[in-house]
Amino acid sequence: MDSIIHYASWFLLSTGAFFCAVGGLGILRLPDFYSRQHAAGITDTLGSSLVLIGLMLQSGLSLNAAKLAMILLFLISTSPVATHAIAQAAKQSGLKPKVSAEEDEA
Amino acid sequence: MSQFIDMILLAFLIVVAVAVTRTLNLFATAVLTGVYSLLMACIFTVLDAVDVAFTEAAVGAGISTVLFLATLSLTTQREKAHHHYNWGALATALLTGGALVYGTFDMPHFGDPNAPIHQHVAPHYIDVSPTEIGVPNMVTSVLASYRGYDTLGETSVIFTACMAVLLLLQRERRGGASSALEGPTDEQSMQHAMILRVQSKIFIPLILLFALYVQFHGDYGPGGGFQAGVIFAAGIILYALVNGLEKARAIIPPNILHGLVAFGLLLYAGTGLASLFMDGNFLQYRALAHEATHGEHLGILLIELGVGITVATVMTSIFFSFSGRGRS
Amino acid sequence: MFVAAMIGVLVTMLLALIRALLGPTVYDRILAVNMFGTKTVLFISVLGYLMGRPEFLDLALVYVLINFIGTIAILKFVRFGPVEAS
Repeated sequence: MDSIIHYASWFLLSTGAFFCAVGGLGILRLPDFYSRQHAAGITDTLGSSLVLIGLMLQSGLSLNAAKLAMILLFLISTSPVATHAIAQAAKQSGLKPKVSAEEDEA
Repeated sequence: MSQFIDMILLAFLIVVAVAVTRTLNLFATAVLTGVYSLLMACIFTVLDAVDVAFTEAAVGAGISTVLFLATLSLTTQREKAHHHYNWGALATALLTGGALVYGTFDMPHFGDPNAPIHQHVAPHYIDVSPTEIGVPNMVTSVLASYRGYDTLGETSVIFTACMAVLLLLQRERRGGASSALEGPTDEQSMQHAMILRVQSKIFIPLILLFALYVQFHGDYGPGGGFQAGVIFAAGIILYALVNGLEKARAIIPPNILHGLVAFGLLLYAGTGLASLFMDGNFLQYRALAHEATHGEHLGILLIELGVGITVATVMTSIFFSFSGRGRS
Repeated sequence: MFVAAMIGVLVTMLLALIRALLGPTVYDRILAVNMFGTKTVLFISVLGYLMGRPEFLDLALVYVLINFIGTIAILKFVRFGPVEAS
């Protein structure tokens, strides 16, 4: 049982780190602000959740696991609201999404 | 491994520092300064200095960035480009810096285990603090009890800063200027702000509760008065950002706020005076109760409360002053 | 295992930092800094486990809250102050 938890935690941590790195690559390479937000959203929710759940499995049932659960809860509820607010502010200040490959007004 | 992490973080730090000096857009500079503070908090954590990292994260990356931006919204957004270089200033800076560096050759080497501070001061505190004061977190016992006088000075500095800001910014309102914190007024922006409002209704009580936890848990883990005050102020600032400055002022009237600023400092100095009246020295907490460690605990509790109240109300009133453009 | 997670988080921090330095519009920078903040939270949590001292979690908790408040503050001031698109 212990080794199952150990391997599960290892798997979750590596997958979480991988998704974070993919999101980072996306925020660098994607062409437009609105598409970069999708990349940032992946790291904020999926990557973070996997890493934090992996850490929670490491520490068993203890105060540290409870604190990690709280961090996870806060992160899941505040990151989407923050990205929503950023996107809404950008739209209201007139930033237009890049619709096709011919337009090139970044 | 931690050396490797240190090197990477320091490399990031250098990159961000260069970018801060070279960027002409002041808004981007303020945001990058926040990133710099975040990196410093990470470096402090790697160095095992958790209380310092706590304060750096809360103050440097949170409140400082908000205050810089509030200032920038009152002034201009681009730095004027310089086209001439001031060689005299550069020479003076290099000369002074060189003299200071020369002066440090007399000091013990950095991290030298034979330095007096590692032979006498630090071992004394580490040996004596559990029995004399009995508080598990040694940073708190040094900050609040052994160096309580210095902490009183720091709190007075924060108080003075608040007085200076209030004196400079309390003017008659010119009228007509819209501030960043009018709150949603028309129908469309009310709808757009709804998600933020609903979410902040859940979060602000949790933030304030967490601030109280940090305040009173400072004896056992990282925390204490300064960090708790900053987190409390951050919760109130969030309320003001989402619901508008008028409502925030209605909840915390400025008169009460200014009164609390003074009250926190008075609480701290009053504890010192109380121990004076009880046949001890100034700020000698053991005189406050019949048993020495109880006296120390009581004294540390009271002064941390004083520090927390002062810091929270000072941050809040500075924020109100900046964003209300000096309305009284 | 923690080393792998730490390297992933550091790489992501580097990429977010590059975007914060490059970002042509101001909203790119805000997005990158918000992401950098979340990565700092992960960094501190994983660092606690890497160094065997999970008491650092209070710090990560504070940082989640401060990051959120900072992002909202930046947005309010950018929208209602004099706004330039870069």
